[in-house]
Amino acid sequence: MEQPIILECRNVWKLYGAQADSFLQTHGMQPTPEALRRANIVSAVRNVDVTIRKGEIFVIMGLSGSGKSTLVRCLARLIDSTAGEIRFEGRDLLAMSGPELIALRRHKMGMVFQHFALLPHLTALENAAFPLEVQGIDRKTRLERAMQVMELVGLKGRENRYPHELSGGQQQRVGIARSLIVEPDLWFLDEPFSALDPLIRREMQDELLRLQARLHKTIVFITHDFDEAIRLADRIAVMRDGAIVQTATPEELVLNPADDYVAEFTQHIPRAKVVRLGTAAKPLGPGPFAGDLTASLRVAEAADRIEAADLPFRVLAADGAPMGQIDGRTVIDILIGREVAR
Amino acid sequence: MRRWRPADLLFWGGLALVTLVLSLASKQIGVATGWKWLTKFPKGWELHADRAISAAMKWLVEDAALGPLRFRDLTRLLSALVEAPYFVLRDFLIDGFQIGQGQQAVPVLPHVSWLVVVLGFGLLAHRAGGFRLAALVVASFLYLLLFGLWESAMVTLASVAIAVPLGVGLGILLGIAAFRFRWVDMALRPVLDLMQTVPVFAYLVPILFLFGFGAMSALVATIIYAMPPMVRITTLGLRGVPEEIVEAGRMSGCTPRQNLWKVRLPAARGMLMVGVNQVIMLTLNMVIIASMIGAGGLGYQVLTALRKLDVGAGVEAGFGIVILAVALDRLSQAIARRSPAVPAEGGWIARHPRSLALLAVLLVSYPLGALLPALNSFPESWQLSTGSFWQEVISWINLNLYDQIEAVKVFALTWVLVPVKLFLLGIPWVWGLVLAFAIPAKIGGWRLGLMGLAMASFIAASGLWPEAMITLYLCGVSVVIAMLIGVPLGVWAGQNAQANAVLTLVIDTLQTLPTFIYLIPVVMLFRVGDFSAMIAVVLYAVVPAVRYAAHGIRSIDSQLVEAGLVSGCTPRQLLWKVKLPLAMPSILLGLNQTIMLALSMLVITALVGTRDLGQEVYIALTKANVGKGVVAGLAVAFLAIMSDRIITAAVNRKRGEDHA
Ligand SMILES: Nc1ncnc2c1ncn2[C@@H]1O[C@H](COP(=O)(O)OP(=O)(O)OP(=O)(O)O)[C@@H](O)[C@H]1O
Ligand SMILES: [Mg+2]
Repeated sequence: MEQPIILECRNVWKLYGAQADSFLQTHGMQPTPEALRRANIVSAVRNVDVTIRKGEIFVIMGLSGSGKSTLVRCLARLIDSTAGEIRFEGRDLLAMSGPELIALRRHKMGMVFQHFALLPHLTALENAAFPLEVQGIDRKTRLERAMQVMELVGLKGRENRYPHELSGGQQQRVGIARSLIVEPDLWFLDEPFSALDPLIRREMQDELLRLQARLHKTIVFITHDFDEAIRLADRIAVMRDGAIVQTATPEELVLNPADDYVAEFTQHIPRAKVVRLGTAAKPLGPGPFAGDLTASLRVAEAADRIEAADLPFRVLAADGAPMGQIDGRTVIDILIGREVAR
Repeated sequence: MRRWRPADLLFWGGLALVTLVLSLASKQIGVATGWKWLTKFPKGWELHADRAISAAMKWLVEDAALGPLRFRDLTRLLSALVEAPYFVLRDFLIDGFQIGQGQQAVPVLPHVSWLVVVLGFGLLAHRAGGFRLAALVVASFLYLLLFGLWESAMVTLASVAIAVPLGVGLGILLGIAAFRFRWVDMALRPVLDLMQTVPVFAYLVPILFLFGFGAMSALVATIIYAMPPMVRITTLGLRGVPEEIVEAGRMSGCTPRQNLWKVRLPAARGMLMVGVNQVIMLTLNMVIIASMIGAGGLGYQVLTALRKLDVGAGVEAGFGIVILAVALDRLSQAIARRSPAVPAEGGWIARHPRSLALLAVLLVSYPLGALLPALNSFPESWQLSTGSFWQEVISWINLNLYDQIEAVKVFALTWVLVPVKLFLLGIPWVWGLVLAFAIPAKIGGWRLGLMGLAMASFIAASGLWPEAMITLYLCGVSVVIAMLIGVPLGVWAGQNAQANAVLTLVIDTLQTLPTFIYLIPVVMLFRVGDFSAMIAVVLYAVVPAVRYAAHGIRSIDSQLVEAGLVSGCTPRQLLWKVKLPLAMPSILLGLNQTIMLALSMLVITALVGTRDLGQEVYIALTKANVGKGVVAGLAVAFLAIMSDRIITAAVNRKRGEDHA
């Protein structure tokens, strides 16, 4: 069953430079890269289509300067896109007035920033309570509420520290608490863990997955790290030079990269960590079988059991119907990276 | 290093040669041609802008009105608004509260005990910067008590306490306006430029005219003088808030107004506090200068001592100013640096132990003061004076080192000061106008040349050509000497951490001193005249030369230095071929600042009897001649603005060449 669409954008452009607005019209909404370069215009986002469904983790991934931040700022309408349409829950985001937009941000959207963007003059707790403060909610209520989110992100006991007294990971937890306090439906995270060291980053990724398992938000997550994308994503959009090259599940991306650029990214990713049993399964044989496994399991997760058994395993689809079988040999093929037939 | 192009060489060499010949032979040319107007600007051609300005001012004060509201009423209203809190503060600190006027006045409450003031500042310092700062601040105040400077210091403090919040508040509001509205920014910029380059004496004159001799004029002048950096820093600070933080505010659902007051302004707090510190220091500097127009206080003590050549009193009061300046500077910096503390638990009483203790002491001090007069006013018998000591030091120096000092002075005068002065004064004004066009035009393009020509013409047409030349000569010689001393020191400090530590301390102290202070030792040792003025200017203006040179050396990309080392440079080659060229833009900026400071100090040295534009302004001040003061002040500002533009153009050109 498909979830309803929460955010959708069509043909979004964002150009920087002199006369960027009229430029697009004069070039029939389809300027060539050469024309852009000649006019000295940077196209940070070009002709992007995105559809984000309720409850998914949608990762936008690309190298530095590929336009991820610009795109997400267009989606949150922190900056106005040069052209295109953006709909939030079916409403035209670009047509919204200032007060409507403020109301939207006060109740439906949250954002976490790469460099934390905490207010230096407020304590961690006051920072987390800030969105409620600007709504005019009284101090006692908002601090109580902030206390709850601080607990949620595991910062209990550090409420009264100032940002500069917290480590990077702790600061980002405050940033997360602040963005969650209004219980947003749509949650933007712009490279939230890039400024953290690798160990803390892993820890925070687990934290995010744990939070998501409880809260079921719709998440738009930006990263330039493909490993991070694969760990978190339901779907990934790969950006290059402002355009989206491919939007797909991590598995599809690894198995069927749209072009060499995407292939380059996916090359070093161990297939077993991405490919699911359902994809790797061979047609169902007569048996006998060592047991049953669900199709959504990743190969790496079931590899030990499959290899240890002499007989193949039966693979069951989500509804419990058998859809194929998998044996040790197939798993080894995938583990050592030999081409897998689909 | 850049090689000179032949055309450039020809231009500058030729210009210098022609100027030299004309300067030396101006008399003969005048006599030979019979055109005296060549060398001396004819009286009949003068513009008399000063008279027009004086008349306009007179009209403004006496007749100008907007309907029923006369301009004079407006200034009176303003006076009353500012003076009311000032006098309350004065009553509290010095005069005591009274009911009624003059003879019938009934004292209600005596002035506050010195103990309370010392304690109050001590506690504030302790809260802001711990025990050491508290000790420094208390010691400073004890000095003021012991040397009988208490009352003057409190007058100064009262002026500072009124002028600083006003300057800061107005500055922040204007800064916000400039940040929000582009047109305000555009309109404010030249005004701020003028406010910072017109010498202080020059706007003392019209202010005196508007507000009369007394505290009010001093306060207004102080605010005008101290506010510009606050405006600039506010705008800069607001612009400098990281975009991400502003976006975080917007995503939190802030309205634009909330985003300004709750996000941008608090996030720029560190920068704003730098501005507050600057306002405090400038205010103190100006309050001292303003003693000349009736602000009283420590500056007045120095001024009277200078006039009477009373060495001891001058030195003591001077030290008092220095000590107060250092204490206020450190205190405000500590407050700026202090990160907001974790809010203490408990009720209001538990959270404010210091304030409560102070309040208690204040309440107790009044009845106690009635019993113990020593508590009320620091007894004279406890006071010290080192006056005779200083007198003796100076006498000793004058007796034993007189010949040496005199020799240095005579040498400098005969071989440097007088020749330069004669050379500049000799240049016929007509050729001067040509130079005023040619030099800036060559460096910064013809527009800059026209600007120079216009400004120089204004100076000539105001009949101030000789004074401007004397200003140029004093400023020029002082700046060259300051650069000759300052740049090597800065280069040294840039390469040597220890030297840097020492020099930074010296420079920071020099920069805290109000300009007035520099005059005291100089006059005591060298008496009045150009030489004294030059020494004072050099001392004051050397600071940016050192600072910018050190900064330039230190901010060189270390990879470039390593590249030089790897290429086999000796340390000397490294300095001359790598470091100095790279530090040159920074050194030029230092030169720019040095010129600005030299010009502002030069005006103050009018007090020690120079004959330049500063003297013109000063004379206008003493005669309350608005037009003359404004015109002479503008002339100084023009010199400052022109040198700033020329150097900026040179720096830009140099940068352009480096990048080409
Ligand atoms: N305000 C701006 N003016 C001009 N160019 C801009 C502006 N903002 C972004 N760009 C350009 O748009 C392009 C995309 O920038 P963007 O910040 O979206 O990249 P990014 O993918 O988020 O990179 P990173 O991973 O480094 O954050 C870059 O080439 C950048 O130089
Ligand atoms: Mg980015």
